[in-house]
Amino acid sequence: MNNSLVVVTAASAIFYGTPLLFASLGELLAERSGVLNLGVEGMMLVGAVSGFWAVQTVGGPGWLSLLTAVAVAALAAAATSLIHAFLTVTLRASQIVSGLALTIFAGATGLSSYLGHVANLGGKPAHHEFDAIDVFGLKDAPVIGPILFHQNALTYGSWVLVGLALLYLYRTRPGLHLRAVGESPATADAMGVNVTTYRYVHTMLGGALAGVGGAFFSLAITPFWLDGMTSGAGWIAIALVIFAFWRPELALVGAYLFGAFSSLAFTLQARQVHLPPEVFSSLPYLMTIVVLVLVSTGWGRRRLGAPAALGVPYIREER
Amino acid sequence: MIRIERRLTEARWLLVAVPVGSLIGAVILSSVILLATGHDPLGTWQRLLDRGFLSEGALSATLVQATPLLLTGLAAAAAFRMQTWNIGAEGQLYLGAVGASGAGIALGSQPAALVIPAMVLAGLVTGAAWAAIPGVLRAVFRTNEIITSLMLNYVAGLLITYLIFDSQSYWRELSTFTSRVFPQGKYLSAAAGWPSVQIAGIAIPFGFLLGMVAAASLWLLYRSTRFGFEARVIGDSRAAAHYAGIRTRRKIVAVMALSGAFAGLGGAAEIGDFRHVLDPRGLQQASFGYAGIVVAALARLNPFAVILVAVLLGGLSNGGFSLQGADFPAGLVGTLQGLILFCALAGELLVRYRVRVQRPRRSPVHPADVATVRPA
Repeated sequence: MNNSLVVVTAASAIFYGTPLLFASLGELLAERSGVLNLGVEGMMLVGAVSGFWAVQTVGGPGWLSLLTAVAVAALAAAATSLIHAFLTVTLRASQIVSGLALTIFAGATGLSSYLGHVANLGGKPAHHEFDAIDVFGLKDAPVIGPILFHQNALTYGSWVLVGLALLYLYRTRPGLHLRAVGESPATADAMGVNVTTYRYVHTMLGGALAGVGGAFFSLAITPFWLDGMTSGAGWIAIALVIFAFWRPELALVGAYLFGAFSSLAFTLQARQVHLPPEVFSSLPYLMTIVVLVLVSTGWGRRRLGAPAALGVPYIREER
Repeated sequence: MIRIERRLTEARWLLVAVPVGSLIGAVILSSVILLATGHDPLGTWQRLLDRGFLSEGALSATLVQATPLLLTGLAAAAAFRMQTWNIGAEGQLYLGAVGASGAGIALGSQPAALVIPAMVLAGLVTGAAWAAIPGVLRAVFRTNEIITSLMLNYVAGLLITYLIFDSQSYWRELSTFTSRVFPQGKYLSAAAGWPSVQIAGIAIPFGFLLGMVAAASLWLLYRSTRFGFEARVIGDSRAAAHYAGIRTRRKIVAVMALSGAFAGLGGAAEIGDFRHVLDPRGLQQASFGYAGIVVAALARLNPFAVILVAVLLGGLSNGGFSLQGADFPAGLVGTLQGLILFCALAGELLVRYRVRVQRPRRSPVHPADVATVRPA
């Protein structure tokens, strides 16, 4: 029963959806502050390469090495996102072009590739990787066992994060301020909220989470480093934020939906379904387009949930 | 105290100074990265300059690299001017390459006068058609064109891989035993190779000439036609365009298709001028589509400036390709391009705003002074 296509797909949907969940939660927080960051793909690749570098360099027990790697990935990607924050918040540059610049700068033909080659990371397996944990010894429980009780630590971490994001956004004062900054920065400013600080902090928080998502690729999915290894996951994460109507709990649903599209490709191929591999590989990209079209009709038309000031620089003198 | 004020008039000298400053800034910043990773920046730049521009035949090779960059740069400039974000030039270029090489194979036995126009046309049409997909989705469903056009890049990349590596397609060479084991595309006949014009010892590829014509027509289109005027109005204020009765939806599809046609022509030129075969790996490694965004931004969306910037960045990637190795790690070119774009964006602040350093006033007006005025 636990080998049935549905259970296997569901379990691996969660696995493949985890990096998307991290990245889209991060992007969601940044966008809630009014900063659209199209550099997610670049930041994820920076996270992937720096996390992998850390796990190869830092010694000690496996768990410590992995923990350090995740922290390094988050810090490196947050530092990358600082460029975007500076250009768009302080210098009022176009958020779209700046985000694209970030992806070109850090992406598959940019800094992440440069660092990977300079540190000679290619072609070697990771010293440690995130293994699935058998929680409460329930991994063999029918149906729910492999799905819920046999995932790795980062996946469980992402569940906690969704809960924290929900609490933060809807039950705390800074969360309220964050939403105010994204909806109407002028009002927030008049309330005494520092718009600039909020935008900086949440853009960098978004970067850090994208970095963790990227590290998931190099430390859990493939366990080695490859140039451009996220292959568009960052862009799918941006689409997921729209799909989720800027709500963390829906980002979870969306991430696992897209995780399922990615995993279906592997599962079906392993089960000898004879179709060209490109058909399976293009599934997540095509489904992103389909899903975006679906949410942009109907209630998406009213831009439900989109922060009103998304993409607009805040200039106090011109409010 | 530093004050940032909006400029009411554009300072002309800044339009040149900012891009030049951006290049210099990017070189300085990447020198820091090179130093931090234990490379000698001066030597690296010298070799890059040498391989890209100065050495024997370098400029001819640079122009071949610059051709697709020029066209993807125009693709980005055409769309961005209307605030339509076509990020899909990469995929549109692949499709243009598919179309042009298909036409080249089909008409292989015909004279060049027939094959080359057919390749150009096929590149334009396939590129435009691929770009029209996100354009129509944007116009009809208001779907974010940034993400859809980008997703189609990955699909296009998989499509060309499929055509050569995982199918028995029309584009794949199947006549010899080795080509069946090691998949490769069909090479085009000599008639399908695009000519080049020799000027002062530099070979100017036919695609580059086409690109210059395309730049001039884009400039004319935006400057002196109704279509261009309406597109500019949409770019400056979508609401104003709507009130003026401009058909924004049609224009979005048209501009996306135009932008895709430029990118598709870039793909056709890459086949005709350089590769003469549909080569998925080579096309994907070059990533001309994304670099086109850098070209357009540095040229501040001016078509003529795009030509100049394309040659500059073409030299950079030409030098980068031929130098790639231990001394010149992969990824450096993209890093440099990203830094150029960052600097250009930062410089944009100077174009639009005036940065003033003000000293605090010596004798501030006290509220008390005002209060002393009493009614008589």
